[in-house]
Amino acid sequence: MHVAMADQAIHVGPAPSAHSYLLKDRIVNAAIKTNSQAIHPGYGFLSENASFAQYCNHNNLIFIGPPPNAIESMGIKSKSKEIMSKAGVPVIVGYHGIEQNSDFLQQQANNIGYPVMIKAIKGGGGKGMKIVNKESEFFENLLSAKRESLNSFGDDSVLIEKYIQQPRHVEVQVFADQHKNCVYLFERDCSIQRRHQKVLEEAPAPNLSDTLRQHLGETAVRAAKAVGYEGAGTVEFIFDNATNMFYFMEMNTRLQVEHPITEMITGIDLVEWQIKIAEGEELPLKQNEIKYRGHSVEARIYAEEPYNNFLPAAGNLQYLDYPQVSDKVRVETGVQQGDEVSVHYDPMIAKLVVWSETRSDAFAKLKNNLAAFNIAGLSTNVQFLISLCGHPELLKGNVHTGFIQDHINDLLEKNPPNPELISQAIIAIILYQEINTISKNITTDDPYSPFATQTGFRVNHNFIQKIKLKHNLCGKLYDVSIEYCEVGSNSSKYKICFKHNDTNIEINASGSLDTTVPNKFQLICTVDGTLYKSNIAVLQNSIHLFNKDGQNEFTVILPFDENTFDSNEQEIESNTTITSPTQATLERVNVNIGDNVSTGDPIVVLTAMKMEYVVKAQVDGKIENILRKAGDSVRKGEILVKIIPKI
Amino acid sequence: MLNSTKILRRYVIFHSCRCHFSDISNGSVLKSNIDVTSKEYQENQTAMEMLVYNLKKAVSNSVFGGDLKDKLRHTSKGKLLVRDRIDYLLDSGSPFLELSQLAGNNLYKENVPCGGIVTGIGRISGKECMIIANDATVKGGSYFPITIKKHLRAQEIASENNLPCVYLVDSGGGNLKKQAEIFPDKEHFGRIFFNEAIMSSKNITQIAVVMGSCTAGAAYLPAMADESIIVKKTGTIFLAGPPLVKAATGEVVSAEDLGGANLHCSISGVADHFANDDHHALHITKVIIANLNNNGNKQGIQIKIDEPKPPLYPSNELYGIVGDNLKKSYDVREVIARIVDESVFSEFKKNYGETLVTGFAKICGYPIGIIGNNGVLFSESALKGTHFIELCCQRNIPLLFLQNITGFMVGKDAEAGGIAKNGAKMVTAVSCASVPKITVVIGGSYGAGNYGMCGRAYGPRFMYMWPNSRISIMGGEQAAGVLAQIQSAKKIREGKELTEEEEQMLKEPIIKQFEKEGNPFYSSARCWDDGIIDPVQTRQVLALSLSAVHNSPVKQTKYGIFRM
Repeated sequence: MHVAMADQAIHVGPAPSAHSYLLKDRIVNAAIKTNSQAIHPGYGFLSENASFAQYCNHNNLIFIGPPPNAIESMGIKSKSKEIMSKAGVPVIVGYHGIEQNSDFLQQQANNIGYPVMIKAIKGGGGKGMKIVNKESEFFENLLSAKRESLNSFGDDSVLIEKYIQQPRHVEVQVFADQHKNCVYLFERDCSIQRRHQKVLEEAPAPNLSDTLRQHLGETAVRAAKAVGYEGAGTVEFIFDNATNMFYFMEMNTRLQVEHPITEMITGIDLVEWQIKIAEGEELPLKQNEIKYRGHSVEARIYAEEPYNNFLPAAGNLQYLDYPQVSDKVRVETGVQQGDEVSVHYDPMIAKLVVWSETRSDAFAKLKNNLAAFNIAGLSTNVQFLISLCGHPELLKGNVHTGFIQDHINDLLEKNPPNPELISQAIIAIILYQEINTISKNITTDDPYSPFATQTGFRVNHNFIQKIKLKHNLCGKLYDVSIEYCEVGSNSSKYKICFKHNDTNIEINASGSLDTTVPNKFQLICTVDGTLYKSNIAVLQNSIHLFNKDGQNEFTVILPFDENTFDSNEQEIESNTTITSPTQATLERVNVNIGDNVSTGDPIVVLTAMKMEYVVKAQVDGKIENILRKAGDSVRKGEILVKIIPKI
Repeated sequence: MLNSTKILRRYVIFHSCRCHFSDISNGSVLKSNIDVTSKEYQENQTAMEMLVYNLKKAVSNSVFGGDLKDKLRHTSKGKLLVRDRIDYLLDSGSPFLELSQLAGNNLYKENVPCGGIVTGIGRISGKECMIIANDATVKGGSYFPITIKKHLRAQEIASENNLPCVYLVDSGGGNLKKQAEIFPDKEHFGRIFFNEAIMSSKNITQIAVVMGSCTAGAAYLPAMADESIIVKKTGTIFLAGPPLVKAATGEVVSAEDLGGANLHCSISGVADHFANDDHHALHITKVIIANLNNNGNKQGIQIKIDEPKPPLYPSNELYGIVGDNLKKSYDVREVIARIVDESVFSEFKKNYGETLVTGFAKICGYPIGIIGNNGVLFSESALKGTHFIELCCQRNIPLLFLQNITGFMVGKDAEAGGIAKNGAKMVTAVSCASVPKITVVIGGSYGAGNYGMCGRAYGPRFMYMWPNSRISIMGGEQAAGVLAQIQSAKKIREGKELTEEEEQMLKEPIIKQFEKEGNPFYSSARCWDDGIIDPVQTRQVLALSLSAVHNSPVKQTKYGIFRM
């Protein structure tokens, strides 16, 4: 999409970032080729790479960001904390040293006391980060953290910190110019996280007194000044709800993904300020001129499987529809319908940012707009975000980084659909079939044959169609019979019967499907006298229904399915196979054919979306076969290793 | 007066949606003159509603099939019921133009719903096909004489209209107690396989799906098919079943070993495709039809098909127009106006031979020439009908006969005017016309009127009846009158006199017999037609029938000698 919107686009290399976006000279060459004066490094890749900033300067290109030495000091976490301690910014205890010997690190962890957190020194965004609950698990996690760190940042040094039980993630947006002026643009609360990555961010942080807010801001400014900072930066703190104490965690020397919420409440264009400062201008506003208004929330829409431990889901965006944007609703995305979400990059599909006068209005607005964010073809967290927005504890402002984990059962409740919803799905399926048949017939020399258009016609009696429907989320099956009471295009009336919670439901329904936009159908149907509108996406045997409450996916269970029919032989017990939980690259196979393994042994290590997954043996046994080798790219559910169980 | 404003309003709507300033028009709108508030209309409506109610009740019994016990025994074997098989075989939501639902109705001591076999036309993989499916819950799917008749009629329709045949076989074979009525004659059991061979030779695909027993002669059904499918465990094919084998040779063998799916697909080669269950078998059938190398085009399309537009007047007004009393006359144009697209009818020779209405129209976009009765046929009417049939044959336009005819005019004048030779011209034209003909009996069908208006003997591709209709050689009262006169003449020769009481005694059973035998239920039970239809569904049934007829190429018509 970026390429499509750009005036000029330069090819920087193949999809894996290590061969393209992470290569300094490729990027700089592109800038030179296009006669650019400056490079805005964005959020990821080289945005916090001091040597890249340096390289830009050498090539007479302005790097829109802080000076290289500030990136350097803040990039290495142990070093940054040292500086902060000296500047009087509170930091949390831990080991931030250079010595990386495994036994030594284990000793340090033991001294700090479990639980501890292992983090990549150069890391960020949850990559290379592991939590260790007890001493015995330390070693395996350390190796894993180092591997991820090496993959993502080209450096495997780690630090160890005390792990706080119910911390909040509160970060302050700061801006400094080349004239030693520095201001804060208030804070953002990014506590709502899963897999240590942010999902929902809001500004300002809830339940914070103005005094505390000012104290936080001023501390952040002090931190920025301590490193001679220039440009936009974010000072991250761990905030303890119980004590109102906060500790410096790290400083991000770039624009953050969640920066729009700061823009929404302050009315300041942060990128504009970045460019002005890079040009040497003074900060446009003084601290006392910077005010915030209302409340803003950002939701990150990810291609992932909330019901499968939020594993990334790659695939094709077969259907994509956005909410209506306005000055209060922002959608930022780089993809469009038909695009592939690949394993090479972060699985984020879009950011949805809303603003409203109050916090509760902002969440209500976010919820409504999430319901209009319609995606099908791959699994996403949209429905999860909708439940999140409505959670009473979140609305009270009781946020902390363990929020999702603590409330996971409420958030992932698998509610069965109500009868009206089932009826809507049925009507959509019937109408879709009808339209599909009619459109196929149009190409023949008998384009209007009643055999294509008089759907459900029977002589002297009513046709009763039987459809077996599965609600994909709750897994419930419905045997639905549909009686065609009146037949005729657009005027058909149906009686829909099925069992719902052990009661027999009988619903009279009719409807029409607006197909003016190809593949984006709007269903208008009447179910027992009530009119419902929803959007419909049909993919193979599944139907996605999008309405004001979000998304529901149903699958038509065919009495005979060609695609599953030939798989009789594949009824092997799954606990004797090691399968890939996601589309991924096979990093390492820990075993050889003939090896004896016990339950819990790590068999293979996979990487997907820069995250690492260890698949462990489910049974005791002997390795029978290894089907793929390290470096192979594997599909979700693909069998990698077979084990003969010990009897 | 309320009614006339209503009609006026319709007329205005019509003009606003039709492009009347265009110089291309295919006819003018029929103006309806009915008064829906009149007593007569209301009475007619109530009477027809009653007839349709009785029809639907009878059909619902037929459609139900065998009794519950038999159905449970059937499904407990993992078999699908016959209508579930058909519904799954058809493209999802495809219409099913079912034929002769009331075959066998009150025909035998035993109850034989649908004559034990379900036949009809539906779409499979986008192709219109004839489906002939045994209902094993009705006397084990065995063949009664009416079963054979219905089976043969379905094959005849398939053959005439070039429709691939799919046989869903699940039958115990011929009903042995009725062997004399099912075996020896030309139109008996053997004809089924004869038809199969002849159709195959004409490149009309024959597919047999063996979903139950297929014993003795019936074994030829899959054996002679172009491709055959057999279902594991439930499907068997053999010339003689285990009991007969034991009786003949003493050999003891299970049905599965004798003629099961495994044997026939792997060893004997009698069947081509092995299916795990009914769904699988039907799926294979769909794939076979999809691969017939048919591009969805029809050989009979030699005409331009327009986008269908509904009639201006609601079809349920037919009830109030027609009613149940054949003695009451109504204008056939009121019926046409509720069947044809936009109620547009381009009438031919409107002011000549007015008892026969002829003209061109469209039904669901298909052009059609319509011949309808508005009274007894005179010489002029017969000549006009002959002329119109010639026009349709010349232009490859299918013919629709709306029969409501007491017969040709009688009397000295009529005979002197050559009613016999002029009627003969119309019968010749009807007989020889090789464009598709479809007949709907919407009232009386009596005597030579039945011939001139394309009765069963004149080979209409489809023939339907309305529930109010009657069919017999003449009206019951006329027949009774004729017989009474003959009797009276005999008495007079004997010097006696026929008393009024005696005349009444003579007439009554005749009238009763004609009333019983002329009833469409009596006709449909014997497959003298292709089914009784609800007048409201007439347009849809005709449209489906027209879609089907266009599958076969139209042959050029050659007439016999017209007596001049």
